[in-house]
Amino acid sequence: MSQLFMFEKPLGMRDTLPKLYETKQHVRTALETEMKRWGYQFIATPALEYYETVGTASAILDQQLFKLLDQQGHTLVLRPDMTSPIARVAASKLLKEEFPLRLAYSDNVFRAQQREGGRPAEFEQVGVECIGDGTVSADGEMIALAVSALKAAGLENFQLSVSHAGFVKELFVQILGNEDRARELIQFLYEKNYVGYREHVKSLPLSSIDSQRLISFLDLRGGSEVIGKSLDLIENGNGKEAILELQELWDILNDYDVTKYIKFDLSLVSHMSYYTGILFEVYAGNVGFPIGNGGRYDSLLEKFGKSTGATGFAIRLDRLLEAIGELDETVPIECILFSPERRKEACAQAKELRKAGRHVVLQDISGVKDLDACSNKYSNVTFLVGNVGKEPAK
Amino acid sequence: MIEPLTIAMPKGRIFEEAVDLLRKAGYQLPPEFDDSRKLIIDVAEENFRFILSKPTDVATYVEHGVADLGIAGKDVLLEEDRDVYEVLDLKISGCYLAVAGLPNTKMNDVAPKIATKYPKVAATFFREQGEQVEIIKLNGSIELAPIIGLADRIVDIVSTGRTLKENGLVEYETITPITSRLIVNPVSYRIKDQRISEMVASLSEVI
Repeated sequence: MSQLFMFEKPLGMRDTLPKLYETKQHVRTALETEMKRWGYQFIATPALEYYETVGTASAILDQQLFKLLDQQGHTLVLRPDMTSPIARVAASKLLKEEFPLRLAYSDNVFRAQQREGGRPAEFEQVGVECIGDGTVSADGEMIALAVSALKAAGLENFQLSVSHAGFVKELFVQILGNEDRARELIQFLYEKNYVGYREHVKSLPLSSIDSQRLISFLDLRGGSEVIGKSLDLIENGNGKEAILELQELWDILNDYDVTKYIKFDLSLVSHMSYYTGILFEVYAGNVGFPIGNGGRYDSLLEKFGKSTGATGFAIRLDRLLEAIGELDETVPIECILFSPERRKEACAQAKELRKAGRHVVLQDISGVKDLDACSNKYSNVTFLVGNVGKEPAK
Repeated sequence: MIEPLTIAMPKGRIFEEAVDLLRKAGYQLPPEFDDSRKLIIDVAEENFRFILSKPTDVATYVEHGVADLGIAGKDVLLEEDRDVYEVLDLKISGCYLAVAGLPNTKMNDVAPKIATKYPKVAATFFREQGEQVEIIKLNGSIELAPIIGLADRIVDIVSTGRTLKENGLVEYETITPITSRLIVNPVSYRIKDQRISEMVASLSEVI
């Protein structure tokens, strides 16, 4: 490797400069406030975890983990998501009582990028987890809260696509006979390869009816009519439970009055094995990648020694910011330029203004080389210079 | 007005066939389309915006969402492994990926060398055959490699086999057939689902 220049950063690492920082903070606060209003409590966990625990339990692919060794030789990971650390804390510490736990977080997660730029390797996620609640009401709450939080952050043009990991599996096992074959077919959906999916279905020794059922499966997209269509596809009740859950979810979302943001898409497979029930992805019209995702992950807590249901979602702050754009209005900063003779006056004036909530820079004029550049940077500049009276504001 | 659908098109070999197919599917594309040197062409009648790119870059544009849809060869999709929906086999620009080399030769036992534009596809193919090979990435005129002794075999696309023949090479194995595919950005696939479904339906009818 060639010698590094001093300005270089590792691939995918980004700086946050003042304007972006302020926008980010504004959006984060809006999301957090909404989550708090729904009764979620924020927690933080360490950036480093053991590879054997959080690293392997996480839904993130192994090659995306940043790994390092501690002094005892244990492999550590920079946390690739927040859900598995929270599952660890919940299972070992918090889940003492028999009622659902509502937790929230906003923290940076780390995912190594092997390819070109355009994707950050460290980014902030704001999200919630509802642990210990297996009801569809909890799934509905996730979606309703996601909608509500995004609206609070100022996003209007967005859509959630909802799927059910159980339905896909049940339907495929029912038609193909066993889990291995179902998995093979689900892999095509996960890889988003519909051409391959259709070819694979055609190559299988199936009756034309079953073959058609699998092809029609790809069309299970749209509004509540998808529920009826899905019922038509199943036989002997297998997979029916999942459909009933989706029906119940639709009713719940109706009660929350958020169905206009929702579409079903049962071909959506976000992960090969992590999700166990209702799952969803969030899209904004002007961003090429999902801005958030979530779903039910009933088998994760078990890895940490507590068998209980859980659901949650995370919003990617970087992508949400891309969807919202930069804030037009940032709080203006004014400046008082003083010379030592009038420092006392300047301090008093700054104190007053700051008390009133204004953002004030107090700058010794002898520290400024370019007065014009300095005046341009601030919304208002007051000169408290020399022994004579106050000079007019520039 | 509704936002246009942005379609990334591959320049060169596939382009004409793709344009023909779109016209057959009933889309009104202006005649100057065919020999324009522009990189961006807006077609107001259909509310389309076409981006003309190098074939290997189509999937990149679509993955990053700067194009909603794209037409890309399966060879590119296999090599690039981008996170996009592969929704339709357009069955145009048919060819196949193959292993070729000088006739009656065996691969080097110690360190067999493979020259190719498709390092990932080639590595995966030989690995699955239980063979560990060394890949040499070339960007064109792959046929040269075995002739001048750079590699034992090449992995490349073959359409008629003429180029191989004229350079005295023979095919050893076929890896996979290749056609062009309609690919879709995952977000566009959901947000612009209606228009994209219409396009998929009308293209399906003329394939």
